Amino acid sequence: MNRAIIQIENLSLSLAGNDILHAVSFAVTAGEYCSVIGPNGAGKTTLIKCIAGIHQKWNGTIRINGKPVHQYKSRELATLQSYVPQAEGRTFPLSVEEFVAMGRYPYQSAFSPLSADDHRAIDAALEQAGLVNLRARSMDTLSGGERQMAFIAAALAQETQILLLDEPSTFLDYRHQANVAALLNRACREQGKTVVAVHHDINTALSASHRILALKNGATAFLGTPEEIVQGRTLEEIYETAFVRSPSPERALPLIYAGGAL
Amino acid sequence: MKKPLCVLLILLLLAVASLLLLPMAGMKFIPLWSEGKELDILLLFRFPRVFCAFIAGAMLSLSGLAFQTLFRNALATPFTLGVSSGATLGIALFIRLGLVFSLPGFSSLSIAAFCGSLLAVGLVYGLTRLKSCFSITTLLLAGIAVNFFFSSLVLLIQDFSDPAESFRMVKWMMGSLASADYPRLFNLLPFLAVGGTVMLLLHREMNLLMVGEDLALTRGVPTGRIKKLLFFSTSLMVAGVVANFGPIGFVGMMSPHICRLLIGADHRWLTPAALLFGGAFLAVCDTFAHSLPSGAEIPVGIITALLGGPFFIWLLLSRR
Repeated sequence: MNRAIIQIENLSLSLAGNDILHAVSFAVTAGEYCSVIGPNGAGKTTLIKCIAGIHQKWNGTIRINGKPVHQYKSRELATLQSYVPQAEGRTFPLSVEEFVAMGRYPYQSAFSPLSADDHRAIDAALEQAGLVNLRARSMDTLSGGERQMAFIAAALAQETQILLLDEPSTFLDYRHQANVAALLNRACREQGKTVVAVHHDINTALSASHRILALKNGATAFLGTPEEIVQGRTLEEIYETAFVRSPSPERALPLIYAGGAL
Repeated sequence: MKKPLCVLLILLLLAVASLLLLPMAGMKFIPLWSEGKELDILLLFRFPRVFCAFIAGAMLSLSGLAFQTLFRNALATPFTLGVSSGATLGIALFIRLGLVFSLPGFSSLSIAAFCGSLLAVGLVYGLTRLKSCFSITTLLLAGIAVNFFFSSLVLLIQDFSDPAESFRMVKWMMGSLASADYPRLFNLLPFLAVGGTVMLLLHREMNLLMVGEDLALTRGVPTGRIKKLLFFSTSLMVAGVVANFGPIGFVGMMSPHICRLLIGADHRWLTPAALLFGGAFLAVCDTFAHSLPSGAEIPVGIITALLGGPFFIWLLLSRR
């Protein structure tokens, strides 16, 4: 279990003359849930996009399964990791099932119909995301929460070892937040998938993660366990604001909310 | 039977019907079972014209669909973004300089048009690459600027031309199928064969690009290569039409959009639907253009623009 599936060394990226990421290094072990947190503009989305292969003009090394990411063909990489972008409200008139089926792209050739394997993966993904009853609905008639579940289902249908997610539960109502959290938790703890997720909400990151990476101004501000990040003034230093740590009746870790004097 | 398959079959029937029945229409009705001189008119003029119109319409529709998918907006088409005027510029330069060069299968005129449209596509593509967060409004405005710029260059070239050359250019710029004949039909076919095959094969990739480039990339689509291939095919098809019949506007905007309403956004069905509908649409428009009771033929580009202008505004207003 201690195999590093994602290895990042000295990752730096400049966009239009601005340093977005600066010498970020960390590794994710197979089966681990790693959250990326940090203030707005810290480079969280950029980091995920670098790993996903969307940004390509960075310096440093990113290895997936020990092999540098740029040595993979895009199709091959897509069988190892899938990506769920930040919800942006873009709609298109495809049915949920058609959209989830598009997750099977890396396994298909130009004119072959969906194989038995494809159908099994699509059905399993729809089942896990609780979308079986919505499978025939058009994507542009879904609520924001349902649409996000469809995006995650499409990534699950891709059947990859690694799931990369950019703020999967931001802007969702409480029920959908809970559904997304439960879905990712199952994917990681029961199916052994590796999850790297950007989280806006600290409490979500605390309860979901094995490890947390905090970015600030494009550099690593903290890398460690949820138990460690709530100690001392770590969070205050990352976010430059005061936090209240309130004992939780549910878990050993406290509930965190912003407030009080710095 | 699945609904998209039904719609596609109906469109296929419509397309075949248009190819078989429209040649009978014209200033004078000539039934298919005519003989002698009338049969000659049917075979030598009417049939090649309807077939040319169909192939040109199909190519305009496919290239419109490619642009709409790549830019994720129904208003972005080769015509609105200046690709047609780029091709026209290529032809104007070609006529003015009297260049002659040729590749097997493609006339030198179409190569000139291809260079012009490729230049325009390159400009549009470069603009979108310049800033990743290019809004569609900016893109359309840039298209208008490119259009004006190329049109002025064409006018400039015309100003330096003698009356004979100038007349040839003006004839082209109207967008008419009056010059349709068998040689032109065979000249058009390779353009449709290449462009159409590429687009029919890339239906999965186009679906993913429609959803988003980042997502397409992480699903395993080599987006850079696929986009270039689609831009290349689009330039080729637009150039084929412009070189033979001049710029014919708005077919590429209306036809794919109507097809999307009929058959949905899945390119597996949408691409062949756009091909069939676009072909039949231009064939019908052209038949109107040359069978008006006044007796005088009007360029088909005028008819498509008369339909397309209001359609464009309707799309603009109905956008969410």
